[in-house]
Amino acid sequence: MSAIATLVIRRGAPGQEPAWSRFEVAYQPGQSVLDALRRIRIEHDPTLAFRYSCINANACKECMMLVDGKTTYACTARLEPREMRLEPLPNKPHIRDLVTEIAPPDERLP
Amino acid sequence: MSAAIAAHDAGADVLLVDRSLIGRGGATVMAQMTVAAAVGEETPDDWRHHYADTLKAGRGLCDEKLSRLLCESAPAAIRQMDAWHVGWARHSDGRMRQAEAPGHDRPRCVYVDFLNTGPAISRTLRAQVQRRPAIKRIGDLCIVDLAVHDGIVCGAAGFSVSDGRSVTIAAHAVIVATGGLTRAYARNSASANMGGDGYALALRAGAELIDMEFVQFFPIGHLAPRLVGMDPIMWDPFRYKLGGRLLNADGHEFIGDYHAAEEGRYRAPRDIATYSILKEVAAGRGSPSGGVYLSFTHVPESRLREAFGPVIDRLTANGIDLTRQAVEVSPIAHYHMGGVRVMPDMQTCVPHLFAAGEAVGGANGANRLSGNAISEALVFGRVAGLAAAKCAQANRAQDWRDEAAETVLALIAGRTPMAGNSAALLARLQGVMANHAGPIRNRAGLQSALTELEALKAALGSVAPPPQPGFDTVRLDWFDLRNMLLVAETVITAALAREESRGAHQREDFPLTDPEWAANQMIRLGPDGLAIEPGPRVGEATRSVAE
Repeated sequence: MSAIATLVIRRGAPGQEPAWSRFEVAYQPGQSVLDALRRIRIEHDPTLAFRYSCINANACKECMMLVDGKTTYACTARLEPREMRLEPLPNKPHIRDLVTEIAPPDERLP
Repeated sequence: MSAAIAAHDAGADVLLVDRSLIGRGGATVMAQMTVAAAVGEETPDDWRHHYADTLKAGRGLCDEKLSRLLCESAPAAIRQMDAWHVGWARHSDGRMRQAEAPGHDRPRCVYVDFLNTGPAISRTLRAQVQRRPAIKRIGDLCIVDLAVHDGIVCGAAGFSVSDGRSVTIAAHAVIVATGGLTRAYARNSASANMGGDGYALALRAGAELIDMEFVQFFPIGHLAPRLVGMDPIMWDPFRYKLGGRLLNADGHEFIGDYHAAEEGRYRAPRDIATYSILKEVAAGRGSPSGGVYLSFTHVPESRLREAFGPVIDRLTANGIDLTRQAVEVSPIAHYHMGGVRVMPDMQTCVPHLFAAGEAVGGANGANRLSGNAISEALVFGRVAGLAAAKCAQANRAQDWRDEAAETVLALIAGRTPMAGNSAALLARLQGVMANHAGPIRNRAGLQSALTELEALKAALGSVAPPPQPGFDTVRLDWFDLRNMLLVAETVITAALAREESRGAHQREDFPLTDPEWAANQMIRLGPDGLAIEPGPRVGEATRSVAE
């Protein structure tokens, strides 16, 4: 039997009742949490929102989130064959799902 | 950012807009490697040598004026970055270190250690932009189309990714600096915002694209074992510094079967290396994951550590010990030689519309030299910024016209929710391009790709989904796909028309380079769809004199 990684992801926008989605993805060693998130959008739910730009170079620094309660980059967090809990950054304004407002104030649409 | 700085310093009011966050996405930040410029600090050099190498690598298709501009202006751009404290790697006597990259006749490529060239350049430009408060910056803003009135560009319209609002921008000049199209391929080294947006914007605004069939594959993209948190293009700097050996499944160093043998140095240009690797794999001599082996096992650990310090620890954390094992590599979509056709001042054929950086086509012909991409970003950005500032000042009287944005605003408003899975459609497009429009192509494959594109267009539909508040990923996919499908079609159309093999475009059914095809192809979007037109043979007059 192939191993499964289960991602439990905080969903929704500010002002909405907090909701959680569970997604199961086939586990392959050497994958990142970001790889799994991208696969979830293709295989299960394209509405799942998270930020990323550079995929796996850890250059853009956009994919920062809470993985099991710890602040980290989804592209450097190793996917593991167990339940992993993903939440948006707690100290930034929440936009939706795992996306927070991380742009400096003077780089946002007025 | 280079264009914004130049335009600002020339007196223009500048608005810098990014679909992603400012200075985080794009290609520059991803470049771990080097920047080519004849600064002559490692060994004596002259821009003419760099120019000769660029033309040779371009396989006879370079726009010689653009290539010359690139090579002649690159040293000043490098010194400007140095003055802005980018941190070029230096020898103990203060000279910049320059690595010798394939296709260059001498060590010419400056870099920032370790694997940090692109991030350092991005950070430096970003700091310069921030020091100019008159450059307004807006991130998370997706431009959907340029606003065109009477054939003249007068601004743009789009929507806020974070809250869905429609936005119009009035401008006396517009510079498209959106990078390339490599996200259209399944295995790519691109940022998520590199689906060819700028090509689609320019095409729909009436501009011409050039050389769209030439997509550069980076030959030694990392394949296996899987790495977490490391860029797949990281092996190039390793090869610059340490040589390394490319081996097939039999342990044979095969480059010599296709090109001059490397003999421990990194010599094969990207088009030839890519072709050789794919041919070895096709002949059944590939590695288990479908690539070839790259080995540094002959390099002592002390040298590995001296050259790459902390990177060696990151590899160890990923379970890779280069002294004991080879890694598997294979070609990965990396850069686009084609792009928007411009004059040497970066002006397109549409008044008030400019392009800069990778979005410009022609400077690198059919194959780009390592290190020319960032030089091009810096040099063309500066030229475009200056020219656009001049254009804007000359056209101050030009007013915004609401009717120029009517159609695009109606499209942005949207109506019909997406029926299928937008992310899956995008992945399907990436698969089609990888399977049929990669470095090795043939008529049947390209035609089946066109059929697939039609099916994907039908699945996408022509009416966008209505805005949902808060980072609507499906809507973003819809607009990305609209651009990517158009741009993919330009690549396939141009690849079908070019019945020969040259540089990054290898046709199995036309394996030879045909001197009659030493010509660019131009594409426009007409009322009946894409129209392709072959140009005159490149630089005929200059070449006959030289010969």
